[in-house]
Amino acid sequence: MTFALILEQIFNGFQTGVTLFLIAAGLTLVLGIMDFVNLAHGSQVMIGAYAATVLTALTGNFYLGVLLAIPVTFLFGIVLELVIIRHLYQRDHMEQVLATFGLILFFNEAVRIGFGPGALFFNLPDSLSGFVMVMPDMPYPAFRFSVIWVGLACAILIGLFVARTRIGAMVRAGASNPEMTAALGINIRLLFRLIFAAGATFAGLAGMMLGPLTAVEPGMGEGLLILSLVVIIIGGIGSVRGAFIAAVIVGIVDTMGRVLLPVILRSFMDQAAADGAGPALASMAVYILMAVVLVFRPTGLFPPKG
Amino acid sequence: MKKLILSTALAGAMIAAPAVADTVKVGFMTTLSGSAGVIGKQQENAVKLAMEHLGGKLGGMPGEVIIMDDQRKPDVAKQLANRFIKSDKVDVVAGVIWSNLLVAIHQQVTRSGKLLISANAGPSTVAGAGCHENFFSLSWQNDQTPAAMGKYMQDQGVKEVYLMAPNYQAGKDMLTGFKSTFKGKIAAEVYTQLGQTDFQAELSALRAANPEATMVFQPGGMGVNFVKQWNQANMNSVSKLFSVFTTDSTTLPAIKDAALGSRHTQSWSPDIDNAINKKFVADYKAKFGGYPSYYASQAYDAIMAIDYAVGKAGSTDTAAMRKVLAAGNIPTTRGNLKMNTNHFPIQDFYLREVVKDADGVVTVKTVGTVFEDYADSYAKDCKF
Repeated sequence: MTFALILEQIFNGFQTGVTLFLIAAGLTLVLGIMDFVNLAHGSQVMIGAYAATVLTALTGNFYLGVLLAIPVTFLFGIVLELVIIRHLYQRDHMEQVLATFGLILFFNEAVRIGFGPGALFFNLPDSLSGFVMVMPDMPYPAFRFSVIWVGLACAILIGLFVARTRIGAMVRAGASNPEMTAALGINIRLLFRLIFAAGATFAGLAGMMLGPLTAVEPGMGEGLLILSLVVIIIGGIGSVRGAFIAAVIVGIVDTMGRVLLPVILRSFMDQAAADGAGPALASMAVYILMAVVLVFRPTGLFPPKG
Repeated sequence: MKKLILSTALAGAMIAAPAVADTVKVGFMTTLSGSAGVIGKQQENAVKLAMEHLGGKLGGMPGEVIIMDDQRKPDVAKQLANRFIKSDKVDVVAGVIWSNLLVAIHQQVTRSGKLLISANAGPSTVAGAGCHENFFSLSWQNDQTPAAMGKYMQDQGVKEVYLMAPNYQAGKDMLTGFKSTFKGKIAAEVYTQLGQTDFQAELSALRAANPEATMVFQPGGMGVNFVKQWNQANMNSVSKLFSVFTTDSTTLPAIKDAALGSRHTQSWSPDIDNAINKKFVADYKAKFGGYPSYYASQAYDAIMAIDYAVGKAGSTDTAAMRKVLAAGNIPTTRGNLKMNTNHFPIQDFYLREVVKDADGVVTVKTVGTVFEDYADSYAKDCKF
């Protein structure tokens, strides 16, 4: 395996990682601050992707479609919080899991009724469908390359916001000790509504960037939800920095596992056994990683101080 | 006293009733939810169309088809099979898209004494030593379609091929079938995850391997993602793409022009020239809009086969229906279907190409026949 290929796979892992981070960022804050388990977070990915697909088709311009879809997903987050989520804060985790699982079924069925069970056609704009030369002899798809940059930019933005601004300080305080923060006169309800909607928007943005790459279809965010739960557990619940580092680690471990494990196994097993064990082990790799992290750091790699 | 007479009369009527209106019940299992839901929707449409063509009757008796969603989960499939047999008391269990689900319910249904008729899945495990006389396939054995592809590529003079399929029973069968007829070099055999959405890592590895040709099996939503990403990564400049069960009318509306010109093998095509097929395709397009896929035609054929079996046997007795189906000559959209000794069809396999029809809709067209009257290789191991 050449150096260029390994570098390309690291890029692939990074691209998966930043997409996961966009989903995990909202999830980790919602769980960390309000102690609220939101399984319907994956539906936000789907809603973002559908919003961008429909708006792109209406306006005929991918950039305009995405730009318009961002406020749509934000508003959607606000409405969802007002109508359903805020009634669930005082319930225990089991009831939150049940209610948000119900929301998944509801959103999937609503999308299926509205847009049909099949995947929607959503292709890349011409300006992003080419290649960039990352190195001589190493072309990389331009759209995936820009996904990495958008993800990194969002990560820096969220990081700066949480670490440097006044509202960010409230968010951090809320993550460490919500009762004390409320006692200090901060409207934690309003704060949470904004965080919930912002989290929904970033998850929606992840969906918009996935739309041209994968199929836009009902239930498209569910597999990602499970991976982003792994991310926030590894990173430490409530920690944005932890979520970012864990997302990149998970993305790279998943990608490298899929590509390298069968090759490694084949070097000391026979072909048929390696072909069977390789993909099976690769699909377990991130969960093994999570188990190892939990053994040594039960609260994750970067738990918020509290 | 009057009351007693009335209830006796009622009881008498109730005993007599089943003899007058004996309903033929079919439990049809398909995948309606999740990313594979579009396949199940086509099968559901086809079953409804078949029942409409039959005037709601199966073999001349009132028919009822119960369509249920297996969610592509083996455990759900087992529960459904149990429900069909024990609570709905169906006469035949049909449908089943996924091989791992068929394997999960195969023993349960066949041992209950009911017929199990596959409208898609054809795993090797139920075609050879593990076969059962109560199982019939109205589709194909998994190995056959890729075997036809292997022969075509061999005939085209392809020297080296890179293989890719999901890591489950059908994926393994598909690549085994391909390798049985393709004698060139296998550059690599890559197994992806069932339900995988992003193939970029595999495509990067493929680009580095630089094989002459690539043959993939990625059914349903996986096919949409795979072909899309293949084109986005401009892989056509690296390797020539061949596929089985990847580009069909369930995936083409999302892939569109990206698949134009690509070739695959199949035992059915919308342009097969016979009266049943013409009527099926025309009515399906008129009623549901868009072309049917082989998933739909096989579901239609499965219902038609049940109608044929009940009609010819004159009852829903399993042994009598089994005898009719085993004799073959079943009228289907693929002509009169012959049955092999392991109850899998012996049929032609065609080469199809993705083209645009007169209305600009992306569809498939038959461009040749790879195998005529092709039987699977497992039948010799099957002893009922």
